[in-house]
Amino acid sequence: MAAKGSLKTVVEPLGISNPITRQVLGICSALAVTVKLDTALVMSGALIFVLVGSNALVSVFRNLIPSRVRIIVMLTIIATLVIFIDQLLKAYLYDISKQLSVFVGLIITNCIVLGRAEAFALKNGVWQSMLDGFGNGLGYGIILVLVAAMRELFGSGSLLGVQVVPLSLYADQGGWYMNNGLMLLAPGAFFVLGLLIWLQRTVTGYTEE
Amino acid sequence: MHSSNGYTYFFVISMAVVSALLLSVVTTSLQERQEFNRAVDVRENLLKAVGALEEGMTPTEIDRFYRSMFTARSIEGPDGQQHDYYRFGPEERPLGYVLPVSGKGAWSTIRAFLALEPDLNTIKGITFYEHGETPGLGGEIENERFTRQFVGKKIFRDGELVSITIAKAALASESPHAVDGISGASITTGSINRFLKKDLMNYKPLLEDGR
Repeated sequence: MAAKGSLKTVVEPLGISNPITRQVLGICSALAVTVKLDTALVMSGALIFVLVGSNALVSVFRNLIPSRVRIIVMLTIIATLVIFIDQLLKAYLYDISKQLSVFVGLIITNCIVLGRAEAFALKNGVWQSMLDGFGNGLGYGIILVLVAAMRELFGSGSLLGVQVVPLSLYADQGGWYMNNGLMLLAPGAFFVLGLLIWLQRTVTGYTEE
Repeated sequence: MHSSNGYTYFFVISMAVVSALLLSVVTTSLQERQEFNRAVDVRENLLKAVGALEEGMTPTEIDRFYRSMFTARSIEGPDGQQHDYYRFGPEERPLGYVLPVSGKGAWSTIRAFLALEPDLNTIKGITFYEHGETPGLGGEIENERFTRQFVGKKIFRDGELVSITIAKAALASESPHAVDGISGASITTGSINRFLKKDLMNYKPLLEDGR
């Protein structure tokens, strides 16, 4: 029974209750860091780390946190983790951290993190909270990677910086193909994300009340 | 007990102290590595500005190339201050000059390297290596599609220092002193126009000496 519940905690946010496509949280960073796949992957990793960490810590201290200041306490925990990962990226993945610029720092204000801490970690045990954080982080990451893969493929003709569309197909090489410049701009992410949400809601039959 | 003011203060203060302590340990222990990364990044961009950066160069190779080909110098500008620049190429035959330029962008300071050919007029290349502009809009200044337009443009018109203007498309491609702007980034490109011209003035003695 417990094992079944744990699995559900991890798997549900991947699809049915995905934080981005179902709850439409964390959109701003989903638009900003998805021009290329590598930034989306690193961003997802950073968010999973922060989400698992903050859920775990909030859950550990859930009976000690004074409820009047719980939002401040949770934000301090989240901010500490975010600054930690930001410093790590600056030291070990400098190029990518430069591209992600402010968006790693903005994980602090990512609604998913505070949302899960408030809605789940304050009421559940440590292990369950970590699973919930992992599931939600992964759900966010999957969408980010999907959006980024489509944007990089159609916008730059490459994946992870490796050219996928044969160069000889391009118009300036005598072919007929052109990259879709819209995909590199923020509206491109809106379109891809909108299509994903549409696809998910058609499959699950979910409608907004 | 958990609802008393005393407990709340105690909890918040001890948490703040623990977090601050942890983060100070992390930042100080990583500082050296981060500074090394920043230094390599600056050198990488110097190489990029003069078109010498090759795909897959390691930090050590970049460092070696920098040491063998660049010399840091400075010149007194019309404002009486010293301005740093880099001379590129072997001692007897300069291959170019790199002038650091910077100014206020839309959100934070933009820093760039402007590389000139030995004639101190034709642009060899430009890299915007530090900025906080909006990704996708002003952030496109670091895109090669934007920066490569600068190559071959001239900063002097009939002996007068006119700098380069980032302008609307129709004007830009024809003129030897202008490049095509980025839609949605008027504040960014406007401030680049301003600081490029202003900073080039600082190097006027060098630029005019070379002519």
